[in-house]
Amino acid sequence: MSLAEEVALLKSIPLFAKIEPSKLKLLAFTSERLAFDPDQELFRQGDPGDAAYLVIDGEVSISIDAPAAPTGRIEVAKLGRGAIVGEIAILCDVPRTATVIARGKTVTLRISKELFFRLITEFPQIAVEVMRELAHRLEKTNLQLREARTGKPH
Amino acid sequence: MEPTLLRFILRHSLRQQIGVVVLTLVSFPFLYYSLDLPKTIINQAIGGKNLPAAVFGFPVDQVSYLMFLSGVFLILVFVNGGFKYAINVVKGRLGERMLRRFRYELYTRILRFPLFHFRRVSQGELIPMITAEVEPLGGYIGDAIAQPIFQGGTLLTIVAFMFIQDPILGAAAVSLYPIQGYIIPRLQRRVNRLGKERVKAVRKLAEQIGESVSGVQEIRAHDGARWQLARFTHQLGLIYDIRYEIFRRKFFVKFLNNFINQLTPFFFYSIGGYLVIQGSLSFGALVAVLAAYKDLASPWKELLDYYQQKEDNRIKYEQIAEQFQPEGMLDESLMAPDAETLDRIEGDLHASGLTLVEEDGKAVLESVSLQLPIAGLKLAVVGPEGQGKDQLALLLARLVPPSGGQIQIGGRDLLALPTSVVGRRLAYVGPSAYVFSSSLRDNLLFGVTHGPVGQPVDEGEDAALAATRRREAELAGNSPDDLRADWVDKREAGVADAAGLLDRLCRLLERVDLEADVYQLGLRGAVDPRRRPDVAESLLAARRSLRERLASADLAHLVEPFDRGAYNTNATVAENLVFGTPFGTAFDLDRLAEHPYVVSVLDATGLSDTLIDTGRKVAETMVELFADLPPDNPFFDQFSFISADDLPEFQALLARVGRETPSAMKPEDRQRLMSLPFKLINARHRLGLVDEDLQRRIVEARGAFASGLPADLGREIEFFDSERYNVAASLQDNVLFGKLAYGQAQAASRVGLVVTEVLDKLGLRPVVLEVGLDFAVGIGGSRLTQAQRQKLAVARALLRRPDLLILNQAIGALDGAAQGRVLTQVLEETGGRGLIWVLSRPQWAKQFERVIVVKGGRIVEQGSYAELDRPGTALTELIKQD
Repeated sequence: MSLAEEVALLKSIPLFAKIEPSKLKLLAFTSERLAFDPDQELFRQGDPGDAAYLVIDGEVSISIDAPAAPTGRIEVAKLGRGAIVGEIAILCDVPRTATVIARGKTVTLRISKELFFRLITEFPQIAVEVMRELAHRLEKTNLQLREARTGKPH
Repeated sequence: MEPTLLRFILRHSLRQQIGVVVLTLVSFPFLYYSLDLPKTIINQAIGGKNLPAAVFGFPVDQVSYLMFLSGVFLILVFVNGGFKYAINVVKGRLGERMLRRFRYELYTRILRFPLFHFRRVSQGELIPMITAEVEPLGGYIGDAIAQPIFQGGTLLTIVAFMFIQDPILGAAAVSLYPIQGYIIPRLQRRVNRLGKERVKAVRKLAEQIGESVSGVQEIRAHDGARWQLARFTHQLGLIYDIRYEIFRRKFFVKFLNNFINQLTPFFFYSIGGYLVIQGSLSFGALVAVLAAYKDLASPWKELLDYYQQKEDNRIKYEQIAEQFQPEGMLDESLMAPDAETLDRIEGDLHASGLTLVEEDGKAVLESVSLQLPIAGLKLAVVGPEGQGKDQLALLLARLVPPSGGQIQIGGRDLLALPTSVVGRRLAYVGPSAYVFSSSLRDNLLFGVTHGPVGQPVDEGEDAALAATRRREAELAGNSPDDLRADWVDKREAGVADAAGLLDRLCRLLERVDLEADVYQLGLRGAVDPRRRPDVAESLLAARRSLRERLASADLAHLVEPFDRGAYNTNATVAENLVFGTPFGTAFDLDRLAEHPYVVSVLDATGLSDTLIDTGRKVAETMVELFADLPPDNPFFDQFSFISADDLPEFQALLARVGRETPSAMKPEDRQRLMSLPFKLINARHRLGLVDEDLQRRIVEARGAFASGLPADLGREIEFFDSERYNVAASLQDNVLFGKLAYGQAQAASRVGLVVTEVLDKLGLRPVVLEVGLDFAVGIGGSRLTQAQRQKLAVARALLRRPDLLILNQAIGALDGAAQGRVLTQVLEETGGRGLIWVLSRPQWAKQFERVIVVKGGRIVEQGSYAELDRPGTALTELIKQD
């Protein structure tokens, strides 16, 4: 996949939709495109976080450690093309909060911590989109919590 | 060492000096005749007075007599010249031998210096003393005895000649010498004093330079350059003042001399001329005296110079000698090459009443006594920092002599044992053990490199040369040992042959946790296939095997192999074109576009214009991407093909060339643009600029590049060849024979594991380690980490299986886990032999059978760990504090 195709792809992702193409090109050029084989880990829960990953192609599985589960962890989400993973660790400077594994052949754009912060500070649109995404997740978590407390589905 | 230079000369070169003197004396009669002859020629042959009728029975007339005398004169010129030459050569050789001896003596003394002396005297002072300062001594020593005799004799001969010609003229010629002889030494004395000061000032300068080199990090980190420069300037100023004063005085002496010397001809012309006019002196005699006087000036000047030189060198010698006899030097006999050796030290280590008092009178150890059996001893020494545990280790290793008390080892006085016992049966490793600037292997083997084992095998000329070298070394009192002999004492390392030694080294590397590091160094190292064809062959096998293994593990996509017929998308355009590893600097891959041969190949294949077009696109992309960024943005360094400084220039260039075709551009614009695409890596940069057509054409140009390469440039490149070992590439690259694919997660580590697996399977791990052992560690081991240096030092001590190993906080730079591993391994490795370990962390003491606690310069506790491991003991206290 060439840079131009990556830019087109980035453009189709809500997070980057409003950013001018030349900046997306810089983002694509300065990020490493990284392919993962099936079942290869992107990162593991507890590792120090140094980058976020943007899924360009394929699907990733997000799971958290659960010693009681038979595999030692439970899957909490599956994310596909256009999703961003690993941003929490670099935003909050905490170790990875989950393990992310490629489900099939997966291609990602690895956005280093440095670049990620630069993007957020230079392009308020991205910051807003990241906030929106995080708020969505929080909302979803709250919902799940409520369900768990009241014991009935929404 | 002899206290004065004269004694040094007489003691070591008396016979040779006598030889020179004899040669000199033999030359005098010839000199005298060559002076006398002109008079005979002028008065008899040319003047025609008292012409002899026959010479040696042959009748002669005036002309043939003149020719005969001129012929004799010519022969004398030859003979005198020959004498001078022979005398100079003999003197020069004598001087060099003595210089060599002196330097050797000084160096020997450094090796015997007491350790604490190195706190006072710096490298910066010692080095110039042995190198530059002694240099003039060589020239002087050859002259020391012969020169005054020769020049004095010449002078006397000439003076005698003049007196014989005419006593009054003779007296006139030497009349001023007493005045010179009185004044000059007086003036010289002040110069001598200044000379001493100069030497001291220059040493200070050298010391400061040495300090700056060692402390350059601190100078930069604290912006201290200005202070250093001011200090340096001050020192240079002092030297300038001294030197200026010296040459001012020297030139004044010269001036005075010249003036006095010019006064003498005044007497000749006036008195001599008067005598000739009066008829009481022949004209020939006056000419001969004048000629002789001209000759007189030279020996007189030489004598005065000699005097100055003698004074200079006398002072130099005394000043240097004084620096090289500190108190407490190791006795010479203890370091003698033929001193006794022991196969084993048995019995007890018995120290009684050990006291160590520092220079300032502070006692760091006080009446320390202990008695322990050496065999199987596992003793931990713990204690607070700076309260004596360090010094105890140094005392027990005989590196520092105690101020009082005794140490006996196996019933012998430790202080009286030669280094050939102490340095072989005992071993000591301190916290900052030195690593020599050679290979890892040499550093490891240093511990078993005591003396030559057997003689080197020499044949023919080599043997003759070696014999000459040895004879010269002996004449100069130097070491007779041959460097090319085998110096590695395999017996001491406990192995029978080279293979055993390698095994043992590998085993020790594991013991000190260094094996993985050396393995990595080996992978990055290179093998010379001419020296090790077997290794090259196995590595080619590993190359094939890796390919299969990667395919079977479904990892083939992580490596893109080199293929002469295909473009490698994970390599740069430059690498794809050259398709080989450059040896030297002739083909710098970063500046390929400037190489005339490369340009000619590109022109011939029609690639130039295409690459310039590609370069233009690269430049446009870079300008588009980076133009808005501030110049200090780190992205420039990390990603841009064009540095922030050059970006405006390229912007201007793009504006200038516009849509012009490459052929219409100026040559410098062409070159600038052409340099850009050479760095393109398709898979990494994903700019899509090197399309399939261009790739095909570059592969074609690759063929043209190789086939047209002139022979002299051919030696600069080792081409990629799947069936050949690449001499210029590392071991790892040879096995890989391709490029790691970009954009594949953890490609390097995943492939690395397979490479290791393949090499292990083929039994090549020892070979890789062997290559790793050849790694050059840099000055002071600077290419290793501090932890690696410490591990190396421990392995070096373990190699020779000492009866008593003393480790003094020797692995403090390792991380905690590694310290624990190495500690256990070393305890195991020393087995039935003795081990004393001064621990930096007291809790490690648990693994030792005995523990002593040193505090305030005394042993406050000793016993087994179990005995001391209870509340209230000093040991428990120390562990709690740690």
